[in-house]
Amino acid sequence: MSMPAPYTTEQGAPRPEEAVDALSVENLEVVYHHTIQVLKGLSLRVPQGQIVALLGSNGAGKSTTLKAISGLLPLERGHIETGRVLILGKDAGTSPPHVLARRGLAHVREGRCIFPDLTVEENLIAGSYALPRGKPDYDIVYNYFPKLTERRKLRAGFLSGGEQQMLAIGRALVAQPSLMLLDEPSLGLAPRVVAEIFGIIERVNREQNTAILLVEQNAVAALSIASYGYILEEGRVMLDGTVDALLDSPDVQRFYLGHGTGSDGAVQSYRTVKHYKRRKRWLS
Amino acid sequence: MTFLDFYEYSLIGLLLGGLYALIGLGFVLVYKATRVLNFAMGEFMMMGAYFYFSATVLMGLPWWAGVGIALGASAVLALGVERLVLRPLVGQPTISIVMATIGLASILHGTAVMVWGADQWRIEPIVPRAPFFLGDAMLPGQLVWGFGLASMIILGFVLFFRYARGGVAMRATATDPHTAMSLGIDAPRNTAITWVLAALISTIAGIMVGAMTNVSPELGLVGLAVIVVVILGGLDSIPGTIIAGLIIGWIESMSVAVFGSGVREIVPFAVILIIMMVRPFGLFGTPEIERL
Repeated sequence: MSMPAPYTTEQGAPRPEEAVDALSVENLEVVYHHTIQVLKGLSLRVPQGQIVALLGSNGAGKSTTLKAISGLLPLERGHIETGRVLILGKDAGTSPPHVLARRGLAHVREGRCIFPDLTVEENLIAGSYALPRGKPDYDIVYNYFPKLTERRKLRAGFLSGGEQQMLAIGRALVAQPSLMLLDEPSLGLAPRVVAEIFGIIERVNREQNTAILLVEQNAVAALSIASYGYILEEGRVMLDGTVDALLDSPDVQRFYLGHGTGSDGAVQSYRTVKHYKRRKRWLS
Repeated sequence: MTFLDFYEYSLIGLLLGGLYALIGLGFVLVYKATRVLNFAMGEFMMMGAYFYFSATVLMGLPWWAGVGIALGASAVLALGVERLVLRPLVGQPTISIVMATIGLASILHGTAVMVWGADQWRIEPIVPRAPFFLGDAMLPGQLVWGFGLASMIILGFVLFFRYARGGVAMRATATDPHTAMSLGIDAPRNTAITWVLAALISTIAGIMVGAMTNVSPELGLVGLAVIVVVILGGLDSIPGTIIAGLIIGWIESMSVAVFGSGVREIVPFAVILIIMMVRPFGLFGTPEIERL
């Protein structure tokens, strides 16, 4: 028995005329260890200067998508079986991560991955290597994240979780990327800190005209700043659309925004949700 | 033991410790960059000494040309080893890579025996032999000069890692190569450079040791003794290696003074055994930062 093709829209995010997309992923299939297929024909687009959210549950392939884009995949024994990744219209091919970083791509990895033994300042210096030429401007980072200013000389391992996330984003900003991949910036942070960081992400997008692909479990937060969204499930795009369309969709409300209630008004258990989701996909 | 003996042996031990610290630096650089304890470091020293011997004794070149040739040849050797042996093993378990360096040590040792034979050769020391006097203590000239040179090289590295942009990049690469790459740092290149730097350090140390003892295929055994220093210093700490080098040098010198040269190799290992039981990550190694 074969799986029916999942539902995706063909037209994707709205495209400003004549501008090339900051990121375009076409029909990507990714396999780990030559055996485990994680992405099964994923396509998505991030137009220049926009925030696009990539949502989905654990193991849907969100982080894998980002690694495939930034070239980190081969370092983790995964490889792109078919499909391609275009960054600012140029095929990323098999370029290693540091080459792509110098082309204007920044990948803020899941779990922040700051260098704990380096000071805040030194972390930013490390970030300056993605700048193809010219003097790095660290003030840009301290402007967006004033909290880091007084921590300059402190080893990054001693920062709080929120500050570490700020440093991770700031470190990527040093190179003034045209495309930023953010992997779960809200991970493990208090709601107040999440709100603060998402506010800054939105400002960066607006003021620096940085296109952002935002991977999140926290769908509410992500959709509050994104203009377009993709919902990923088991390596495929299940649903995509403008944020308004997604917010109106009963499925999204039910499964990702937590408005889901059963017929008797009680909150449904994950078990029933999962079953319903699966049934829904089979019938679609 | 008179006080003068104690004083003289202590100073000699500390001078020797400076050399140990220099050799230890080669280990630490590679360990920091790749998390691999390179058991072939002593053999790199030996090869460096043989390159210098070939250039100065066999080809009759002046000492500065010999140093240049030895450094150049070692750099090429290190690049080749990194490319052909270590890079293909990236991502493999650390133990496999460590085993590869042990195999590499045997291969280099065997190559030296094949090319230069198992005999001992003398090379002329570059620095003056004339002894120094500090108070009543007479210190061998080579050891004093060697200590001075070692200190300057180590200081240079410390300053580079602390303040230079490239030093920051190398530290970042050592902590997390994947993240470093995602930030635009060419991590594989940095790793290769680290191997070359370690080989250059070993070559300088090898020439100094070769001039003090003799050049033979067994010269690399000094490297094995220095592993004690590196482990004691905590593997990833340059200041730790300096202090551990001085400690081991001093202990070695004192044990020779007290028990005679038969125990030279044993006492440092005995000491490290005791210290490691108390501090498993070495005297100065960093247990991970943990935020509470």
